[in-house]
Amino acid sequence: MVHKIENQYKEILNQYMQRQSEQNLYVGQNFSRQLISENISPEEVISVHKAAMQEIYKELPDVVWHSFDFLIEMMINYGLALQERQSLLQRQEEIRVEMDLAANVQETLLKTKLPALKGLDIGLLSIPARKMNGDYIYFISDEEGHAGIAVADVIGKGLPAALCMSMVKFGMDSLNNSPASPSEVLGVINRVVEKSIDDSMFVSMFYGRYDASTAALTYGSAGHEPAILYRSKTGEFDELYAKGLLLGVSPAAAYEEHTVQLEENDLVIMMTDGVTEGRTDEGFIEREVIFELIQQKKDEPAQTIVQHVYDELERMQNAELRDDFTLVIYKKV
Amino acid sequence: MNIQVELEETDNKLKGYIHGEIDAHTAPVLREKLEAYQNKDGVNAELDLSDVDYMDSTGLGVFVAFYKSVNAKGGHVKLTGLSSRLKRLFDITGLGDIMDIESVGKGGN
Repeated sequence: MVHKIENQYKEILNQYMQRQSEQNLYVGQNFSRQLISENISPEEVISVHKAAMQEIYKELPDVVWHSFDFLIEMMINYGLALQERQSLLQRQEEIRVEMDLAANVQETLLKTKLPALKGLDIGLLSIPARKMNGDYIYFISDEEGHAGIAVADVIGKGLPAALCMSMVKFGMDSLNNSPASPSEVLGVINRVVEKSIDDSMFVSMFYGRYDASTAALTYGSAGHEPAILYRSKTGEFDELYAKGLLLGVSPAAAYEEHTVQLEENDLVIMMTDGVTEGRTDEGFIEREVIFELIQQKKDEPAQTIVQHVYDELERMQNAELRDDFTLVIYKKV
Repeated sequence: MNIQVELEETDNKLKGYIHGEIDAHTAPVLREKLEAYQNKDGVNAELDLSDVDYMDSTGLGVFVAFYKSVNAKGGHVKLTGLSSRLKRLFDITGLGDIMDIESVGKGGN
């Protein structure tokens, strides 16, 4: 192998020495790519060069050969740097594979089942900005027509956010109470989160409990982007604001809750700040733009509205979402 | 996408001035600078955010962490010059109720 390379190199060098054409240089460039792919180090290349020169120009003075020996020494650290780079590339690939696995685990772990409720059409979409999702939707429902929904957002993105989210999920699972009130749920999850996370981490969460028998939605918020209520009768959008601190900041936090009565074709729009904090070259995407998008498709099924909002916002931002994007729409039918 | 953080401390009074955007890229810079002061006893910090034109939840996280550690050491954190956009962020998250914040008079909601 080495012998073959030496011969090839000598041949290419010899051609170049005789003609010095672009074509010769091009052949040399291609050959160097081959050397790299075969893991030939820079100092080995110079050794090969020296050997080739010695065969072609035997009569050169000793200073020339000494200078090559010196150059070989100079190149050794470059060779080490190259090796390091290769092992980093390999490690990066290993990490990428692990992240893919983790993202799959997260997907399975955080899977939630859409409740089937009389009179309610649900649309949802949750797209992570990176591999792991820092947004989370959780549904819980029972036979009597109670359904709880949690829409949560962990500060930060990627792996730490995803780990934090599992904690919220297990808190909700152990609560396992569909008719529970939002202030109760948020209070419990706050204590779970507060005990377990770092000072600079927190979670915002919207919680809504829907009662299919009365079409009433009771909601509370832990520092989360307010949900929006669209009233079909008046065509107006109202914020569903409820006072409450982010989860994980203070164990003593208390959470307000309010109730609204849904009428036919009303929409409840729940989201994370990945929806509202969009930016284009001209500035922020105002909430009115999002309302406008919703209004365009208000007569369509909830999933169609959700998809439309996502498609349009993505288009406005040149398909580059900076944050995890989660949007859920309840449509009273 | 950049940030400038100037901090000056005399007799446990920390005056800070932040300029630029606070997001996932710049927040680590701010965090690192504030961390140098957060473990001292009784720090009285006043941070001027009037030239912060954008902040996301990562930035909020930096201030929450700073607030929590300074408070635990008997100190106080005040944020001033919040734009209406920033003020809304603090209000929605409920942090406006527990932290000492002051918005700029005009353009508020």
